[in-house]
Amino acid sequence: MKSEFTLKLERCKGCGICVAFCPKQVLALDKLGKVYVADQEKCIACGQCELRCPDYAIFVDKVKEEKK
Amino acid sequence: MIERSYETYFRQNRLPHLWCPGCGNGIAMKAIVQAIEKKGWSQDNTVIVSGIGCSSRASGYMDFDTLHTAHGRAIPFATGVKMANPNLNVVVITGDGDCTAIGGNHFIHGCRRNIDLTVILFNNNIYGMTGGQASPMTPLGKKATTAPYGSIDRPFDACKLAEAAGATYVARSTAFHVQHLVKMISDGMDNKGFSFIEALVQCPTAYGRRNKIGEPAKMMAWMRDNAVMKNAWDKLTDDKKIGEKFPIGLFYKAEEETYNESYKHVRELANH
Repeated sequence: MKSEFTLKLERCKGCGICVAFCPKQVLALDKLGKVYVADQEKCIACGQCELRCPDYAIFVDKVKEEKK
Repeated sequence: MIERSYETYFRQNRLPHLWCPGCGNGIAMKAIVQAIEKKGWSQDNTVIVSGIGCSSRASGYMDFDTLHTAHGRAIPFATGVKMANPNLNVVVITGDGDCTAIGGNHFIHGCRRNIDLTVILFNNNIYGMTGGQASPMTPLGKKATTAPYGSIDRPFDACKLAEAAGATYVARSTAFHVQHLVKMISDGMDNKGFSFIEALVQCPTAYGRRNKIGEPAKMMAWMRDNAVMKNAWDKLTDDKKIGEKFPIGLFYKAEEETYNESYKHVRELANH
């Protein structure tokens, strides 16, 4: 399952809720305390980060994998 | 990315909101607009009324007809709106201090009249905006600026209070259980009469920090670990209802005449 992140960083306050509730440790906070996608490959597009983001700053969509 | 449909219910030029990093109010506000979306209510026939406090800032971010009213007086304002135009859907957003202290009497009398409102109480256990004073819903022993050795005042259980006062729909959920919270709110909107939903939200700045509970995610994990669904809670023996465990879910539902219906009788008699 591939996923696509959309981050609205002007809304992110770096509370770390998305980082803590990600079951696959995909997300992390950068030096300025804002969220970034550290390991996109591990993402299973469960949407836990988007569900609990209090600032509506992170969105994750499922992307269908193209058949080779 | 496809823009999320609930974003249309926010005043985009007001975001990001001013709540602290990790505040649960944002989660509860999103749950309300998702419940409204689920109900299919239009932005033109829905009124959001709020009082004063952190929670009550929510009305400023929501793109409906909104009223940001006096401290504790959200329910009286909402009662006026509903009586003037019963076709409107009226939602009240209030906080634990606003609803149970300053507006305590308005709250119980709103319940008693069974006026058709949906009241959502954002319970963060503290007066956050004014700097962390103890509220009537601060748990026993928890610290606040006005209770540096821990609160000795027994807290209200707002759900029991609402039920005893006559509300016809009473439920509780938390900021962790987002989908459950949306369901509790939308079911409350279905109810004709006074619907009360307590949404437990984390306040990391004024409550969590002072009580050494830790960062926002830890406060949400506490909700996950201590909230027990109503059905499971009823099966628990008393010796298992220990510590900080608390029930969530639908507590009470009944059908009673609403205030608008009662008032219709008065009008009929007066016009006779």
